[in-house]
Amino acid sequence: MILSPNTRKTLKALETPTEKKGKGSTNSIWRQPLAIVGLTIIGVWVFVAVFAPWVAPYDPYSQEFDKFIPPSAEHWMGTDELNRDILSRVIYGARISLPYSILLVVLSTIIGTIVGGVSGFFGGRVDATLMRITDMFFAFPGIILAMAVAAALGPEIRNAVIAITIVAWPVYARLVRGLILNSKSSDYVTASSLLGSSSIRTLFVDLRPNISGPVFVLMALEVGTALLLLSGLSFLGLGATPPSAEWGAMVSMGAVNFDRWWVGLFPGIAILTAVLAFNFIGDTLRDALDPRTAKALRD
Amino acid sequence: MKPVPVLTPVTKTLFTGTGLTPFIIRRLLTAVVLILGITFIAFSVTQLVPGDPVAANLGQSAYSDPDIVAAFKAEYGLDQPVHIQYITYVGNLLQGNLGISLSSKRPVAEDLREFFPATLEIALVAVFVALVLGVILGTISAMTRDRLPDQIIRVFSLTGVSMPVFWTALTAFYIFFFVLGWAPGTGRLEPGAEPPPQVTGMYTVDALLDGDFATASQAVSYLLLPALVLAVFALGVITRFTRASVLEILGNDYVRTARSKGLPERVVIRRHVLRPALLAIITIAGVAFASLLAGSVLIENVFSWPGLGQYAYKSAVGLDLPGIMGVSMIVATVFIFMNLLVDVLYRVIDPQMKDSK
Repeated sequence: MILSPNTRKTLKALETPTEKKGKGSTNSIWRQPLAIVGLTIIGVWVFVAVFAPWVAPYDPYSQEFDKFIPPSAEHWMGTDELNRDILSRVIYGARISLPYSILLVVLSTIIGTIVGGVSGFFGGRVDATLMRITDMFFAFPGIILAMAVAAALGPEIRNAVIAITIVAWPVYARLVRGLILNSKSSDYVTASSLLGSSSIRTLFVDLRPNISGPVFVLMALEVGTALLLLSGLSFLGLGATPPSAEWGAMVSMGAVNFDRWWVGLFPGIAILTAVLAFNFIGDTLRDALDPRTAKALRD
Repeated sequence: MKPVPVLTPVTKTLFTGTGLTPFIIRRLLTAVVLILGITFIAFSVTQLVPGDPVAANLGQSAYSDPDIVAAFKAEYGLDQPVHIQYITYVGNLLQGNLGISLSSKRPVAEDLREFFPATLEIALVAVFVALVLGVILGTISAMTRDRLPDQIIRVFSLTGVSMPVFWTALTAFYIFFFVLGWAPGTGRLEPGAEPPPQVTGMYTVDALLDGDFATASQAVSYLLLPALVLAVFALGVITRFTRASVLEILGNDYVRTARSKGLPERVVIRRHVLRPALLAIITIAGVAFASLLAGSVLIENVFSWPGLGQYAYKSAVGLDLPGIMGVSMIVATVFIFMNLLVDVLYRVIDPQMKDSK
């Protein structure tokens, strides 16, 4: 996967060990306006997703004879080619896009953590081999491989998740490996092994706490990317397929009927707000962890 | 490490020395290995997942005829065991033969020669626009840190990277084509227009070389909208990166010195801040450029732009392995060489890095 420059910088920042921050500074992350806006938007989307049957004004799958009613008092976002209420479909769409994006990030984290953990912990030839493989995935244009896998597995949202996971894990592998290498040489780990701790104990008791924080930040940053890729595959017809109310697939119906602006506009705004919210949160967390930016902010 | 007897001292320094040439040679060798690795990944991943390229490329009636299926398999070597297929592919690749595409039935190299320049054309324009605007916006943002202009620019650049490109493309197309009528439509030229004789494959350049200004301006009008949409994403990335780099440099002592000796702020920024930041920014532009090549898949789909992205999409849907590997290799090659170029530039400019491997 080609790393976005953003991700590269993040990786670098996350791998650099930071001193433990005082209690006040951890709190202040949540006082940043962008983070609050992000959390609010995500909160709204989660609420809407959970209570979709009560929030949505219409059944998102019911069809009528009439079609393409522009936005009006009855249909705030208009209706689509089968006269389904777009607002209701956007609301139900939150039930697909959000959980699958998070699932995607969790799966990539698990694979990446295992590969990176094994690589960093055992070192030597194992490390060299695993990291060369990771490098190859990095140089690989992710969306192309994801398209190929999704096409081979057949268009279905579950398969799109698998396809993107295959290209998304290396970033976590590299981060976890870097973190383990950094803390492996620290005195307290040496002390622990000298006291006779087993490798497993060292890994889980001594190293895990140093790894989970940065990995969590990376996950927060990557949810947005995951959502964009997932809806992109659906847009191309390689993810969720009709009649599923997936946002990307809905935008693709807007592309077919591009003179009916409301068909594609609103699902796209839904994607934008959700991704933006995750980026607000991830960005704030990253700034809080990145020693260089933090230093610049203090000056 | 034991000395390797085969290598004479001269060749040895060529591979292990710390100078620029050994560095480039080592990196080129790594690049070759990486590119071979990419074909290996593409091959193994597509073999691991179920999916029948024969069914994807033959019509329903042809697929039910066992003779046609057998002939198709034999023609493309699909009847061979997988490892033989891979060895054959790599063997051909080393001779510069990228194989025959299953979906277009043409040599992949020929397809790439046709489609790559189209994407290159919009990606170059996009990166140029994004670089110019991004450096300006990023610098303003850093200079007015935490004040209103900074907040506005930060929100805008974050929005830029959060927009689904296919939706941006669609919305831009609706506004500029359907409502305002400024954009001419989809494709690279008017329907039925004769493309200029191929030199670079980029219509604007080729038309200018041909002295055909009418075609050149038409090509520009067609490429502007997809290129600008592509630029939106890169603009967000470059703006954010410029801001971070400038902020980092502003904290240095020599900037304080420059200010305290009474230099006007304009000069401080241009000479002492932007100049050192520029290298880092160019790095990011290079990497962004490579990811634009892949990112254009979704935009080309909306604008019916016959480029690499459309080709990648068709290859993927047709499970056309030679096509997929061809596109992947060309994108990865650009990516690797951008990184190499930047590293070489760094070593030339920054003397501290000269002796490091």
